[in-house]
Amino acid sequence: MQEDKHVITMLVDNEPGVLSRVVGLFSGRGFNIESLCVAETVTPGISRITIVTKANPPVVEQIEKQLNKLINVIKVRDLTREASVMREMALICVRASPEHRAEILRIVDIFRCKVIDVGLEHYIIEVTGDEGKMTALLNLLRPMGIKKIARTGTIALLREPK
Amino acid sequence: MEMTGAQILMAVLKEEAVDTVFGFPGGAVIDIYDELVKTDIRHILVRHEQGAVHAADGYARASGKAGVCLVTSGPGATNTVTGVATAYMDSIPMVIITGQVPTHLIGNDAFQEVDIVGITRPCTKHNYLVKSVEDLARTMREAFFLARSGRPGPVLVDIPKDVANQTAVFKPQEEIKIKSYQPNYRPNMKQLKKIVGLVKEARRPLLFGGGGVILSGAAEAFTTFARQTQTPVTTTLMGLGAFPGSDPLWLGMIGMHGTYRANMSTGACDLLIAIGVRFDDRVTGKIETFARDAQIVHIDIDPTSIRKNVGVAIPVVGDCREALNELNRMIAADNQNRFEARHREWLEQIAAWKEQHRMAYDQGTETIKPQFVIDKLFELTQGKAIITTEVGQNQMWAAQFYHFDGPRQFITSGGLGTMGFGLPAAIGAKAAQPEHTVIDIAGDGSIQMNIQEMATAMQSCLPVKVLILNNGYLGMVRQWQELFYEKRYACTTMDHQPDFVKLAEAFGAVGLRATRPEEVIPVLEEGLACEVPVIMDFVVEKEESVYPMVPAGANITEMLLV
Ligand SMILES: Cc1ncc(C[n+]2csc(CCOP(=O)(O)OP(=O)(O)O)c2C)c(N)n1
Repeated sequence: MQEDKHVITMLVDNEPGVLSRVVGLFSGRGFNIESLCVAETVTPGISRITIVTKANPPVVEQIEKQLNKLINVIKVRDLTREASVMREMALICVRASPEHRAEILRIVDIFRCKVIDVGLEHYIIEVTGDEGKMTALLNLLRPMGIKKIARTGTIALLREPK
Repeated sequence: MEMTGAQILMAVLKEEAVDTVFGFPGGAVIDIYDELVKTDIRHILVRHEQGAVHAADGYARASGKAGVCLVTSGPGATNTVTGVATAYMDSIPMVIITGQVPTHLIGNDAFQEVDIVGITRPCTKHNYLVKSVEDLARTMREAFFLARSGRPGPVLVDIPKDVANQTAVFKPQEEIKIKSYQPNYRPNMKQLKKIVGLVKEARRPLLFGGGGVILSGAAEAFTTFARQTQTPVTTTLMGLGAFPGSDPLWLGMIGMHGTYRANMSTGACDLLIAIGVRFDDRVTGKIETFARDAQIVHIDIDPTSIRKNVGVAIPVVGDCREALNELNRMIAADNQNRFEARHREWLEQIAAWKEQHRMAYDQGTETIKPQFVIDKLFELTQGKAIITTEVGQNQMWAAQFYHFDGPRQFITSGGLGTMGFGLPAAIGAKAAQPEHTVIDIAGDGSIQMNIQEMATAMQSCLPVKVLILNNGYLGMVRQWQELFYEKRYACTTMDHQPDFVKLAEAFGAVGLRATRPEEVIPVLEEGLACEVPVIMDFVVEKEESVYPMVPAGANITEMLLV
């Protein structure tokens, strides 16, 4: 059966051990995690976890049900086919030799990213966007030499009714 | 009122109507024990913490109440893990209280410190570390609430030593609400109506029940449904007793060691009404071909059980008893004779299967057949005993040859298959149902895993009976080696066994032995009449095997027969 990417977001009690319950569920049942993000929401005591997973339809159904079964999980939603917004962020340290400096800045401009650290030999670029944008940007920067990179996983929100 | 943590714990146990605690003390719970003995709660002192959890489990299965056990930190806590996992797999309501090192030492590798909450996360319904005495009462109440409600299960509460000593104001009887936990008991009526439609259409229906029927107290409604609709019935190992074993509609157990007619019926039915089951691999055999001619209807309280292993035509999330009561109400108007006429051919076919391959054995004159022992035990106890089992052939023969007429009469580790479960579980069952005869049907291998609990039975005056089918082998594994490994009996012979009669006597119990067929009935009679714990050692045919058998991964209808 076809395995597709799913973005699953959930609200959980912000208690010690909750992340471990969620992650343990995935590893114990052989579900896959491509990325994971956690942070508090505006409601005290409640956090949001966003997980990107690859699974076929029956497995996704199990993932959602099993997550719902965890006592500390308040609400689960698969945003994949919903009207939602999704973003990732990356900090990219790229080699910036004199002949490439202008070119890099042009790319930064086109992709609407920011240079947040400058040195004689490097730039650190901050970028947010969806997965496609990340890939495109990385493909352009790779020839210059990417020294280091730190990426977040995907975070996502359901759109509000217009 | 200002009370210590230990006192608060006792107050909540009283509120929750706990009358018995199974446990084993140690430094981290010494304060709790100091309070426990001041209450009228009965404490049963075991000889190993695994025994405490299995006993609490047996108590829960026999009574329907939540079992409670209390152990110390570190090794006391880790010794419970097998028992916790056993209860989790079979959805048994239990609260396990573990002591923990004082809060300021947590994380320091303190003496007898272990992260039991981390260790048991995947094998509990939920678990807690109580960080402050202010949280203790609420946490304990939540633990009982979670253990008993929805799909039941074990809940572990880890209580640091200082929390037991600190004081807080105790507010009695607070209501528990957990916003992220709302089990859905009410079945969807539209779905139930659809089921009724299918039931009326079906020509070859099969009712298939599991442990969920017993857990939800639905055995009566389940039986009514079968009789009203004249539908033949099979159950899983965990469902035995949900339907009377003496009823003509009863087919026997389904699965790897199910009866010929139950397994054949599964292959041929056109409607499978599955209630409180989870389609375990030991039940379904090869999943792709399981009940392939049938529409499957599945009722269960746990949404994750539905469509986990098999596709279903009509899923219903809800309480088995509520759903069955509704179905019975909707169908009551219909006439039973109509169903009878409609299913006549099907029931005749099933009767023919029954004739083709009966559950049988041949008791010669020389060696005792294990099946014969169970058969006679069934007769001599008039089918009324509470039976616990160990794991292996003993368990399967108990399931096949003891016919259960009511729920909570058969107590076995179905999901985890834990050797060493039977004796402590029998002790717990006896504590819950002192009027009943409680018998552990054991193998000579399994019984040695928790044999120390004989001392518990003696000390607590719980006269359980152990019936050993002594074949000198780890019989079930030997059977696999015989059938699938060309009789290479790798490490399954038990060449050195204790003398079980002397062993019983060493504990102060009664020991009896039968080595010849004619001794079986006298030994059973004497053992059943004993008023103290007794071990009956039946030296049986060494290489007897359990049949029918569906090889792992084969179609459920492809059975090896005797
Ligand atoms: C704790 C544990 N260890 C190992 C097993 C694997 N196992 C399943 S059945 C069995 C043989 C049991 O032998 P015995 O208790 O003598 O019973 P018999 O099958 O001979 O009736 C074994 C080793 C198990 N189920 N549980």
